[in-house]
Amino acid sequence: MIRSEILKEIAPILRDQLVVCNIGIPSQELHAIDDQPTNFYMLGTMGLASSIGLGLALAQPKKVIAIDGDGSVLTNLGTLPTIANNVANNFILMIVDNGSYGSTGDQPTYAGMKTSLAKVAEACGCENVVECAAEDTGRVLQEALDGDQMTIIVCKCESGNAKMPVITMDPVVIRDRFMTEVAK
Amino acid sequence: MAKDIDRRIVSDLTEKGVNFITTVPCKQLAGVIEVLEESPDIHHVPSNKEDEGMGLCAGAFMGGKKPAIIMQNTALGVTINTLATLIQYYRMPLPMLISYRGELGEPVACQVEMAVHTKALLAQMNIPTYHFHKRDDVEELGKIIDYTFMCNKPVAILTDASFWGGY
Repeated sequence: MIRSEILKEIAPILRDQLVVCNIGIPSQELHAIDDQPTNFYMLGTMGLASSIGLGLALAQPKKVIAIDGDGSVLTNLGTLPTIANNVANNFILMIVDNGSYGSTGDQPTYAGMKTSLAKVAEACGCENVVECAAEDTGRVLQEALDGDQMTIIVCKCESGNAKMPVITMDPVVIRDRFMTEVAK
Repeated sequence: MAKDIDRRIVSDLTEKGVNFITTVPCKQLAGVIEVLEESPDIHHVPSNKEDEGMGLCAGAFMGGKKPAIIMQNTALGVTINTLATLIQYYRMPLPMLISYRGELGEPVACQVEMAVHTKALLAQMNIPTYHFHKRDDVEELGKIIDYTFMCNKPVAILTDASFWGGY
């Protein structure tokens, strides 16, 4: 399974949640599969989906799912100790770990080599880390949502991208409709 | 050990509704960080790098908080992309209380290397910038916070060694 197939499968679960989605192809895929005002698409700033998600989760009570990638987490590895030490039980960080920089031409990441992001997260102090196969993502995500405990999901999948259009929505529109949903 | 000026700054921030602050420490800002850590009205989240901190602030803002970041001027070098493609692109307010290292009284030569770029970078980014040099300059802090949340922009407050009363 590749990322877009996972996103298609979990779209019904994501639909009712606040979602902060990683820059590049992940956001393009989610936008094309099931655009929702509850989705915050990152159009730039690689690496910060988990930080934005944590900030949002700490600021208000609704559940927040940050969809991140292995390459982006490696870019902002300092995020994991911050997450571990600022527990927000309404926060789920879902790392789609396909072992590659998907948006830039599928170059391999260290997460697809010797580095285990699940172990890194645990070593950083994250208490509820689940590594799963792509096929189990829906179940694991639903369990995390039902669990009311901050959860880091590392979903191991194959490298590859679906061809989707670039998001042309204005960033202020993305932000404004998202904030309207947050405040509801 | 926190001084009156540190308490004054934190009290101005809380009076203007700032309730979520992320920090990467600087010696000059240690007193402010000490005070805000003890402030019940402020959610303090230390971050490991300033761009990460700006991500936290962006999320907190969208969650209804009034965020601010406390950082050193050297960190402008690692936050340019985040300022342009997150804070400015999505039009988010972000007061940045910045220790302006490398100015008069600076004992560490290397700090001057980023000090000479600090205002140029901020000007290049069209970031409104206020420079606290004399102790009375702090009188404007409250207005600067209001201004930041009025215009939805990142706004820099540079605080140099003369303002803090030396090292």
